Amino acid sequence: MITFDGVTKRYPDGTVAVDDLSLEAPTGEITVLVGPSGCGKTTSLRMINRMIDPSAGRILLDGVDVTTVDPPTLRRGIGYVIQQAGLFPHRKIVDNVATVPYLLGWDRKKAQARAMELLERVGLDPGLAGRYPFQLSGGQQQRVGVARALAADPPVLLMDEPFSAVDPIVRASLQDELLRLQSELNKTIVFVTHDIDEAVKLGDRVAVLRVGGRLAQLAAPAELLAEPADDFVREFLGRDRGIRRLSFVPADGLRLRTDLTVPVSAEVSSVRGTAEAWLAVVDSGGRPLGWVAPKDLPDSGGTLAEVPAAPYGTFVRGRDSLRAALDATLLSPSGNALAVDGSGRVEGVVTREALDEALARIAEDARG
Amino acid sequence: MNFLIDFFGNPANWSGPDGIPLRFAEHLEFTGLSLLIATLIAVPLGLWIGHTGRGALVVVLSANAARALPTLGLLVLIVLLMGVGSTAPVLVPLIALAVPPILVNTYEGIRGVDPDLRDAAYGMGLRGGQVLGRVLVPVALPLILLGLRTAAIQVVATATVAAYVGLGGLGRYIIDGLATLRYELTVGGAVLVGLLALAVQGLFALIQRVCVSPGVSRRRKVR
Ligand SMILES: Nc1ncnc2c1ncn2[C@@H]1O[C@H](COP(=O)(O)OP(=O)(O)OP(=O)(O)O)[C@@H](O)[C@H]1O
Ligand SMILES: [Mg+2]
Repeated sequence: MITFDGVTKRYPDGTVAVDDLSLEAPTGEITVLVGPSGCGKTTSLRMINRMIDPSAGRILLDGVDVTTVDPPTLRRGIGYVIQQAGLFPHRKIVDNVATVPYLLGWDRKKAQARAMELLERVGLDPGLAGRYPFQLSGGQQQRVGVARALAADPPVLLMDEPFSAVDPIVRASLQDELLRLQSELNKTIVFVTHDIDEAVKLGDRVAVLRVGGRLAQLAAPAELLAEPADDFVREFLGRDRGIRRLSFVPADGLRLRTDLTVPVSAEVSSVRGTAEAWLAVVDSGGRPLGWVAPKDLPDSGGTLAEVPAAPYGTFVRGRDSLRAALDATLLSPSGNALAVDGSGRVEGVVTREALDEALARIAEDARG
Repeated sequence: MNFLIDFFGNPANWSGPDGIPLRFAEHLEFTGLSLLIATLIAVPLGLWIGHTGRGALVVVLSANAARALPTLGLLVLIVLLMGVGSTAPVLVPLIALAVPPILVNTYEGIRGVDPDLRDAAYGMGLRGGQVLGRVLVPVALPLILLGLRTAAIQVVATATVAAYVGLGGLGRYIIDGLATLRYELTVGGAVLVGLLALAVQGLFALIQRVCVSPGVSRRRKVR
């Protein structure tokens, strides 16, 4: 656990970058520091590994005041990832990743083996190991930066806007990769960003800082979106706060109807008389094929396989959020979403009414 | 062309105390020795100033002094002070000539390393000396070598002044040729100096290839 205890940083020119900051970054969780430019995020982060020393207050790493530890020794036990990756241009990728193991005096073979393992872990082709940094794309360099920070298996990882210099698609995949890694590694991560969406996506807890280095709010993402502490936080969270909140509400509380599916082998004539407006057609394996409206079915023989089915949307129950369920309803003219299991088999139908009930419950919560 | 044939074709020019091999060796001695000493002074100083940021004024002063310093004047002064007889008088002005380009380039090379890179190195837990030796020097090496090469070529060309104070080296041919109106000596000497300068260029190109990481010179093909 990392503890900020009344930490203040005043630069020699008088700028107060961080003002009386107290917060905790719990072990095994991602704590995100977010806020507008110049609010002291980088300064706060760099005080943890003593790249900067505080003017007042203490920073404790598992109860030990970091200023009592020799900086290089401290830093070798803390992974550090910066925006521009900061790879050593004169060293091959494998040696870049092995930087800290070399410093710690590991055997060369062992350090390189570890580096290769990490390259794979962060989703890089081990064939890149023999290249130099200039031969890699920005996104690849950033992955190498993450691998390098993890090389000596430090319990703590500090990341300063590590993904902000790459395009949005690469950024999204790097974020997903980080979450996947974290689910395996359970590091104590402090992650700095000025992008609130990134903060909300990655953080177990999000600390919003305001300019002048004061903590505005510290909360889990869902709580932050639901109950911003003040106008500054509300404004910083930006538009679509209500919709974005749905990302944090699991969809498994939705009421399911299991009587709205028909097998594709059913006779058209037997379905035509049904009172329901829409029915979901599933194949013999239970996988969705589309929606049919019974009253519009042709007056002919044959099975449902011979009539066109309307598009459908699905979400995975037990994994996806209410936002995904809402999205799925909007993808079909039926206005209903199909709940599927992990292997894509239909478990049931979420009607617009069922979704409405769930949304109403959330709106009710907002009353406080 | 005739001058060159007269000079290089004359067997008398290839032996004895006035022969090309000996003059060449003398020239190399002045050049090599003064470069070595200048390197021992300027590289550590440039590294230290570039790394710590302290004493940057020394670099500026040295760079300016280099432009103002009359090498020949300094040479004559030293001979007046120390007398002839050893190679020392010629070394001092040559060292004074070689130090500034080495110092300035070493300093600029170290100082010019991307601050993010330096930051990352400290952030990984390298100590000050390790940051300098393992990161800054390898990355600044092309510029450091450039300084050494510039100094070497200047010294090779300027070592000819040794002849003015009665010392040897390739300058002898140039001065003696002018004095005795044997222009083939002058031209031949000048050509030899030129060839030596070219050889120095070649040598440094080789050093650059061997010592500078392909990741820094970016001359490696993507595999
Ligand atoms: N070395 C320094 N000397 C003086 N002031 C500084 C120094 N470094 C940062 N500051 C100031 O401290 C404040 C906080 O800077 P910091 O870099 O921590 O902000 P940040 O939140 O990381 O901003 P950004 O999102 O732009 O990276 C800013 O006002 C900045 O100008
Ligand atoms: Mg910053």
